[in-house]
Amino acid sequence: MAVKKEKHPMPEQKPKERIKNFKEVPYGYDEKTAIEEAKRCLQCKDRPCTKGCPVEIDIPDFIKEIAEGNFDKAVGVLKTKTSLPAVCGRVCPYENQCEGECTLLKIGEPVAIGRLERFLADYERKEGVKTPKIPKSTGKNVAVVGAGPAGLTCAGDLAKMGHKVTVYEALHAPGGVLMYGIPEFRLPKEIVKAEVNYIEKLGVEINYDVIVGKTLTVEELLEEFDAVFIGTGAGLPRWLNIPGENLDGVYSANEFLTRVNMMKAYRFPEYDTPIKIGDVVATFGAGNVAMDCARTSLRLGAKKSIIIYRRTEKEMPARIEEVHHAKEEGVEFKLLTNPIEFIGDEKGILKAVKCIKMELGEPDESGRRRPIPIKGSEFTINIDTALVAIGQSPNPLIPKTVKGLKIGRKGNIETDEEGRTNIPGIFAGGDIATGAATVILAMGAGKKAARAINKYLIKSSNFE
Amino acid sequence: MYEILEKKVLSATVKLMKIKAPLVAKKALAGQFIILRTDEKGERIPLTIADYDRKNGTITVIFMEVGKTTKQLGKMKVGDKLLNFAGPLGQPSEIEKYGTVVCIGGGVGIAPLYPIIRELKKAGNYVISILGARNEKLLMLEKEIGEFSDELHICTDDGSKGTKGFVSNVLQSIIDKGKKIDIVWAIGPVIMMKVVADVTKKYNIKTIVSLNPIMVDGTGMCGGCRVSVGNETKFACVDGPEFDGHLVDFNNLMLRNRRFTEEEKHACKLLEEGKL
Repeated sequence: MAVKKEKHPMPEQKPKERIKNFKEVPYGYDEKTAIEEAKRCLQCKDRPCTKGCPVEIDIPDFIKEIAEGNFDKAVGVLKTKTSLPAVCGRVCPYENQCEGECTLLKIGEPVAIGRLERFLADYERKEGVKTPKIPKSTGKNVAVVGAGPAGLTCAGDLAKMGHKVTVYEALHAPGGVLMYGIPEFRLPKEIVKAEVNYIEKLGVEINYDVIVGKTLTVEELLEEFDAVFIGTGAGLPRWLNIPGENLDGVYSANEFLTRVNMMKAYRFPEYDTPIKIGDVVATFGAGNVAMDCARTSLRLGAKKSIIIYRRTEKEMPARIEEVHHAKEEGVEFKLLTNPIEFIGDEKGILKAVKCIKMELGEPDESGRRRPIPIKGSEFTINIDTALVAIGQSPNPLIPKTVKGLKIGRKGNIETDEEGRTNIPGIFAGGDIATGAATVILAMGAGKKAARAINKYLIKSSNFE
Repeated sequence: MYEILEKKVLSATVKLMKIKAPLVAKKALAGQFIILRTDEKGERIPLTIADYDRKNGTITVIFMEVGKTTKQLGKMKVGDKLLNFAGPLGQPSEIEKYGTVVCIGGGVGIAPLYPIIRELKKAGNYVISILGARNEKLLMLEKEIGEFSDELHICTDDGSKGTKGFVSNVLQSIIDKGKKIDIVWAIGPVIMMKVVADVTKKYNIKTIVSLNPIMVDGTGMCGGCRVSVGNETKFACVDGPEFDGHLVDFNNLMLRNRRFTEEEKHACKLLEEGKL
């Protein structure tokens, strides 16, 4: 029987309906569809998909179990390598990772590995997550700073190796960007909480309201713990640095999304944190965060949500799926357009943005064609809210407060391939080491660092 | 969870609370702040530290009930627990021996000024304190601040205690008497800090102000608290909360502090009506 060339489609909420709520957009595969999709897998001997997975999931093995209807066994395969499958199955850019390596690409679409991962994670949650076996204690203690994707992965893996792990989180909730950044309609917060709960069941203890660098220092942690992993992410918002950026109505993507996602401002006044956006919202930037901002605005009641980006659709860093969802929902794209000034009224409230048209010139260092302003093409768009989503830089708090720690050009903590910093016992990974990247790369870094920490702990105990 | 160990009603709308938070108390320094959340649906609000007790592991906060969260907080009792209490945040005051220091506190701004005055005095400064409020009832910590001040001046808008007038008038009269002032600390309503900074600018007296803009995370992540200082954008939460008063764009700060006035009013109304 010939293999079906396309993935089984993902059922999802209709665009007109979903822009009125914050519920998750795709519903997920049912059991029958999952089995059918799993049967598309060719079970290639050289397993190219696994090379594309930063957390080294044995992809063909779990797919084989799904195809045979052995969902519990499939979950087992998945969970040996990842503690956050429900998260990954939703926000990982599979098209660039596992699915980008799939043999089926030669004849059509790859196996829907991401959707299958999500199916399994959701299946497991419905059935009731089994309490994992906790290995015998090694007697070693590790502190993890930051409960985001890198920190949680590192913590989960270390716990599975038998080390005692204590996580310190600055905010009042776990998940980092999974909680404050990614919207409910893309990653329901109950799912993040469930995955964190699993990591806690592995014996990991999470302490909230602890800002390492302020409440405690890394040096103090080193006195108490055998090793420290730093996964504090890229939390520092970048600005356009144009006039009027401090007017009432201009938000960083971080502030906007944190208010809406973590603080649940979309349920104000039931929740205390407010947000207001008016009728016309302009989002600057074209990455995943920008798409999240533009789509969130529609759900908050904006009549018009515009993405303003200085290059063309081809150069947009967002995932194709996110751009597609945004377009379906009615987000407008003003491309080859760059803001040059925010204009406020006499009270200082944002009223408009002045822009200039751009054209593409020669490629720059990123390999993308450099946008160049077209003289005399300035024009003004009336807007009520501006969301600046042009990227984040590594959080400076720890780089600034640890004496002797080697810091890179972008303010990132410098590490080797496996997350070792220049100071023995201090490891780092995720956006704090690489600059802003993806959830899955942060998880991959957390995993590698856990292995390096394990080696370090074994070695140091041999010396004793 | 962070237990309220002590509560004092300083006036109808101003309350003092001692909160059990040993890790915060261990590190807290004058000039820093904390972020708290009362319950699961609550907002994160910053409050400047009014005092710390390392031995007993407590932080003192003094707050005025202005919005829904502070109103709710004001209703909490000894033994109640706050859901979140994180800190110490921001940069501490730069305490050193300057010579003669004038410390100006307005209204609830007197509270965070107290540990600064104490530390400045301990550092060997000649401390002149000026405390002002709308009326006598809104004054606070006179006795405590008096202990660490070489001179203590009191003023009220309505003349119910001390000199009738504003703190800036008292400052002006001290300057007029020819007293050499090395540095001024001013903490209070934005308009008060602006007026003080305007006075001292004429005489080129360095003036530190402590800003309290709207914040969400308090760790440098959201930029909601950004202020324009010397035409540079700074985050009050990580770069501040203290800045050079001669460089702060107070008008922009006042504007940004009004961002959610409507929403706040609405929430307060619902709270009063018992609907929240």
